[in-house]
Amino acid sequence: MKRKKVNGPLGYTMAGIAVLLLACSCTTVKEYQKNKLNDAEMILANRKIEKTELSFQGYREGASGANAGKSGGGCGCN
Amino acid sequence: MKRVFLTAAGLMALLHSFSQKPTDTTGFESRKLKIEEINLVSSYYSQNGNNSAVTGGIGSERLTDIANIFDIKLTKYDKKLRKHSFGAEIGIDHYTSASSDMIDLKANSSASHADTRIYPSLSWSVENEKKGTSFGIGLSASSEFDYKSFGGNVFFSRKTKNKNGEFTARFQTYLDRVSLVLPVELRADPNEKERDYPTSPRNSFAGALSYSRIINQRLQIMFLADIVQQQGYLSLPFHRVYFTDASVHQESLPDNRFKIPLGFRANYFLGDRFIIKTYYRFYKDDWGLTSHTADIEVPVKITPFLSVSPFYRFYSQTAIKYFAPYQQHSAPEQYYTSNYDYSKFNSNFLGAGIRMAPPKGIFGAAHFSMIELRYGHYTKTNGMQSNIVSMNLKFK
Repeated sequence: MKRKKVNGPLGYTMAGIAVLLLACSCTTVKEYQKNKLNDAEMILANRKIEKTELSFQGYREGASGANAGKSGGGCGCN
Repeated sequence: MKRVFLTAAGLMALLHSFSQKPTDTTGFESRKLKIEEINLVSSYYSQNGNNSAVTGGIGSERLTDIANIFDIKLTKYDKKLRKHSFGAEIGIDHYTSASSDMIDLKANSSASHADTRIYPSLSWSVENEKKGTSFGIGLSASSEFDYKSFGGNVFFSRKTKNKNGEFTARFQTYLDRVSLVLPVELRADPNEKERDYPTSPRNSFAGALSYSRIINQRLQIMFLADIVQQQGYLSLPFHRVYFTDASVHQESLPDNRFKIPLGFRANYFLGDRFIIKTYYRFYKDDWGLTSHTADIEVPVKITPFLSVSPFYRFYSQTAIKYFAPYQQHSAPEQYYTSNYDYSKFNSNFLGAGIRMAPPKGIFGAAHFSMIELRYGHYTKTNGMQSNIVSMNLKFK
C-alpha cells in the first residue's frame, strides 16, 4: 500500500503544532545558568556583519521581512 | 611573653577586620553617559548576470558595491535605575552598475553608471531591568541620486515573569520619494536636466511582532511575524519592458502591495564547542509571490575566543503575476515587468566567517574587542551570481 506523503497545509499545521509543543516544554532557567545562552554567537538575531548581506538580498529577491530588518521601503529595493 | 603574643594577635585581628570593605548592597550603577560599543562594518559586493531589468530582462547585471557602516552605542542609568541607550549610525555605499549605465542606450558611459547612498539613523531606548520592559524610538534617512527616504520606528517589549521569554511589538514606517528618471528614449524632453526630474511618493508601513523563549540551558527559539503595506510608486522608472511587437515601455506595477512574512529562529549550543543556528521564513504577498527561506549556520569554537562559522542559505520564490521575460508581454496587460528579481528562481548562499574576541583585546589593544571576517558566494538559478566579503571591527 502506498504511504501518504504529509505535505501542503497538513504538513505545515503539524510542523506548527510540533513547534508550539516544543515552546511549551520549557524549564525555567536561572540567570546563573545562562552562560551558554548568553554567548555572543547565540543571539537570536542577525549579527552586524550580516547587515550588508541582508541589504543585497533585499534588492535581489522579491521577499523581505521577518528578520528584524527592513520589510520594504527605505531604499530602491523590493 | 605570653601576654605580648596574645596582645599582638588581638591587634592583628582588629586591624584585619577594619581593612575589609563593606559589601555594596545598594545596586549602584554609574549614571554617567558611557560608550557601550563602537562598530565598523565594511563590505565589498560584486555581482554579474545577463537579465538586466534596465534593458528589458536582457543585458549585463554587472555591479560592484562598497559599503561602510559606522555605529556607536552609548548608555546611562537614570535616578530610577532605568538604562537609557542612545544609538547613532551612518552608512555610506558607493556602487557602480553596468545596467544603470544603460538608462541612455546611446551613451558610451553616463553619470548613472555610479552612485553614492548615504543613510544615517538615530535611536533611543529605555529599559527597566527590574520590570523587564523596554521602549524605544528611531529615526532614519537615506539619500541617493534618484531615491530619498525618511523613516521612523517605535517598539515596546516585555519579558515574562521568569525572564525566560520576551514579547516585542514594533511599528515602522518609511516615507520615500522616487525620482522619475525615465529611459532616455521614453522622455518627452530628451534634454531633460537632472534638476527637472519629477518625484513620486512610495510609503511603507510595517507592524512586527516577535516572541522569544528559552527552552532550556542550551536552546532558545523565536517566532517573528510582520504585516507590511506599501503604497505609491512601487516600480522603478528606468526599468524597460519590451512587448511582443518589439515596442519599448516603462515598467508598470500596481500602486499597492501587501506582504506577510513569518519567521522562526532556533539556536542550540551543542556540547562545549558547537552552536547550531537555524532560521526559516515563509513569505506571501498579493502580487502572487510566495517564498521560502531556510538558513543554517554552525559556529565552531576552536578556542573560547576564536570561532569559525560555515553557513548555508537556501531561498526559493515563485514569480509575481506581472512578470514575463524579454518580449513576452503584450498590449492588453495593465501591469508588466521583466525584472528577474520578481521571476521564479531558487538561490544558494554559501560561505564562512571567522571571529576573534580575545579577553585582552585584538593585538593586546584592550578597547579593540573583536574582529570578524565573512565571505559568501551567492547564485541564482536564473544565472545571476555574486560574491560578498564583509568585516566587522568592534571597540568597547
